[in-house]
Amino acid sequence: MTSVSIRDLSLKFGALEVLKSLSIDIEDGEFLVLLGPSGCGKSTLLNCIAGLLDISGGQIFIKGRNVTWEEPKDRGIGMVFQSYALYPQMTVKGNLSFGLKTARVPRDEIARKVARTAEVLQIEPLLDRKPSQLSGGQRQRVAIGRALVRDVDVFLFDEPLSNLDAKLRAELRVEIKRLHQKLRNTMIYVTHDQIEALTLADRIAVMRSGAIQQLDTPHEIYNRPVNLYVAGFMGSPGMNFISGEIDGGDSPAFRFAGQSIDLSTYPASAPIKSGPGIFGIRPEHIVSGDAASVEPYQATVEIDVVEPMGADTLVWAMLDGSEFRFRVDGQTGMRVGDHVRIGFDPARASVFDTATELRL
Amino acid sequence: MADVQTLNTVAVGIDPVADRLSGPQGARPKRVLSRRNIFLYGTLIFVAAYYLVPLYVMIVTSLKGMPEIRLGNIFSPPVEITFEPWVKAWATACTGLNCDGLSRGFWNSVRITVPSVIFSIAVASVNGYALANWRFKGANTFFTILIVGAFIPYQVMIYPIVILLREIGLYGTLWGLVIVHSIFGMPILTLLFRNYFTSVPEELFKAARVDGAGFWAIYFKIMLPMALPIFVVAIILQITGIWNDFLFGVIYTKPDTYPMTVQLNNIVNSVQGVKEYNVNMAATILTGLVPLLVYFVSGKLFVRGIAAGAVKG
Ligand SMILES: Nc1ncnc2c1ncn2[C@@H]1O[C@H](COP(=O)(O)OP(=O)(O)OP(=O)(O)O)[C@@H](O)[C@H]1O
Ligand SMILES: [Mg+2]
Repeated sequence: MTSVSIRDLSLKFGALEVLKSLSIDIEDGEFLVLLGPSGCGKSTLLNCIAGLLDISGGQIFIKGRNVTWEEPKDRGIGMVFQSYALYPQMTVKGNLSFGLKTARVPRDEIARKVARTAEVLQIEPLLDRKPSQLSGGQRQRVAIGRALVRDVDVFLFDEPLSNLDAKLRAELRVEIKRLHQKLRNTMIYVTHDQIEALTLADRIAVMRSGAIQQLDTPHEIYNRPVNLYVAGFMGSPGMNFISGEIDGGDSPAFRFAGQSIDLSTYPASAPIKSGPGIFGIRPEHIVSGDAASVEPYQATVEIDVVEPMGADTLVWAMLDGSEFRFRVDGQTGMRVGDHVRIGFDPARASVFDTATELRL
Repeated sequence: MADVQTLNTVAVGIDPVADRLSGPQGARPKRVLSRRNIFLYGTLIFVAAYYLVPLYVMIVTSLKGMPEIRLGNIFSPPVEITFEPWVKAWATACTGLNCDGLSRGFWNSVRITVPSVIFSIAVASVNGYALANWRFKGANTFFTILIVGAFIPYQVMIYPIVILLREIGLYGTLWGLVIVHSIFGMPILTLLFRNYFTSVPEELFKAARVDGAGFWAIYFKIMLPMALPIFVVAIILQITGIWNDFLFGVIYTKPDTYPMTVQLNNIVNSVQGVKEYNVNMAATILTGLVPLLVYFVSGKLFVRGIAAGAVKG
């Protein structure tokens, strides 16, 4: 059963079309992440689902009910904001019960629900404090509690963790995941942090200037990006791209600067045609040293820059005129100027048509 | 590595230990009688005196009897302190036909100021809230009209309003004046509140809407408690503005309903008899007492509210 269904949604601010005829179906209990660069319309889409913005066209269904013209409170949604947006003059308890009070829920029921929510989020000792007396992580927990307490069908999160420091973000990320596994509510989560997207999502919608580029599982999006944009956006450090020529036919290959990469094992979606193309391979799919000798494609590169990052090290090199990065173990002994043997399996690569930028 | 360091110190020829002990350290010493300080405090004292001397003259004069004033030295302190002028100014000074002093004007002013302040602020704060948070159709047009309204000279509107008040039968009454004050305070107050509410994070407003609060619930439960500083600013602006008003008072009321300022003018400028300077001074101070008190009580809050608005707005 679909929980949230968006059909041909479009939204204009004056002449500026921020969302362009967008359609998504979200399953009951699904965790959907909206991922995209700043300004691509993620918050706008979330606000439209919440009913905080009037849309220009299309329809929104929640639990099979057409809520396109409904007020936010009648849509069965709860929302958590990036800036927490706690009511500053109310205590934590006041913040949690505000929505219930406006809905005229009986007082003993409010008390019960607030107590249960506080227990789930472990904020019981904070109930009588004001938001200004809480840390960032505690504030965000209260903000989540405010959505939780109202027993809604759908949770909307707008970059809830981006105001927190890295360590706290990782902690709360796990907590949100745990919460989702426990409650099994539908959650729509906006972020521009890929790690958050990959770790939390059942499915990710990668957005770009108001349109969805790819809507799929994290695994698919990471391994089989549909176009050059998604390929470059996902992954950190980003995918290596090499421009060249594709040779179609019976034994397809990718040629650049006198080199040739055999594409016969590449899982193409259609027979490969000749023409200009872009070859993409992730830094973590490249092996170096002895391990390279078993890979279908091998080359020797000279090292430009070495970036140790703790657990692993990023190595920058030139591969026949193209910049090329690969990931090695953190304890590597590689130094600038060394010549190393690298190799990879073209079956793990992504090849794109230069003109359409679509995956082959 | 140690070798290089030793070489360096020898080459430069500085003993690092001695340098550390004798060089400047800690807080920089301050000289009390620097040229800068003399200039600074001199200017401040001069300016303060410039404002305070007239007040001093007023107070000492109001405490003297008329014979002492006729001696002519306005700066000398009173030889014999008398509160007679104060009593007379408050209770028995004559203005036109009435001889009950400023007390009548005082109560008139109270009856004008209190409803005007409450009414204008109540309406303006809701206006500002609606303009800032509910982007209704025509909000910008409405706001522009309001801003233009703030810059139209009063003189242009005086006569039309006389006619208006006469038509609705409120000309010459206290309520007529209350309406006038509320109208004239509206543009600037609305602007004040709108700017303050614009500075409240939009997500707070969105959160309240998701929580099911409507227009009035958000206003009373979320916005109002957050806006107390700006309410204090508005109250001070309105109390002082309306209490000090002379022009509207003299135009839109009758002798029976004259506010204190108009009565003060009539006492001070009365042409019959001798000029009683001590009574005039006492009456003037009495009239100025209310705004003065408001400033003293709320000075700090006032500055804080203005500053808060300035930074965020
Ligand atoms: N009220 C508005 N009026 C006009 N344009 C707007 C308005 N709100 C947003 N926009 C525009 O819509 C586009 C999408 O904005 P949105 O806030 O949805 O981006 P976002 O994807 O959430 O970005 P971020 O990651 O920075 O939060 C932006 O180009 C923005 O400038
Ligand atoms: Mg956003």
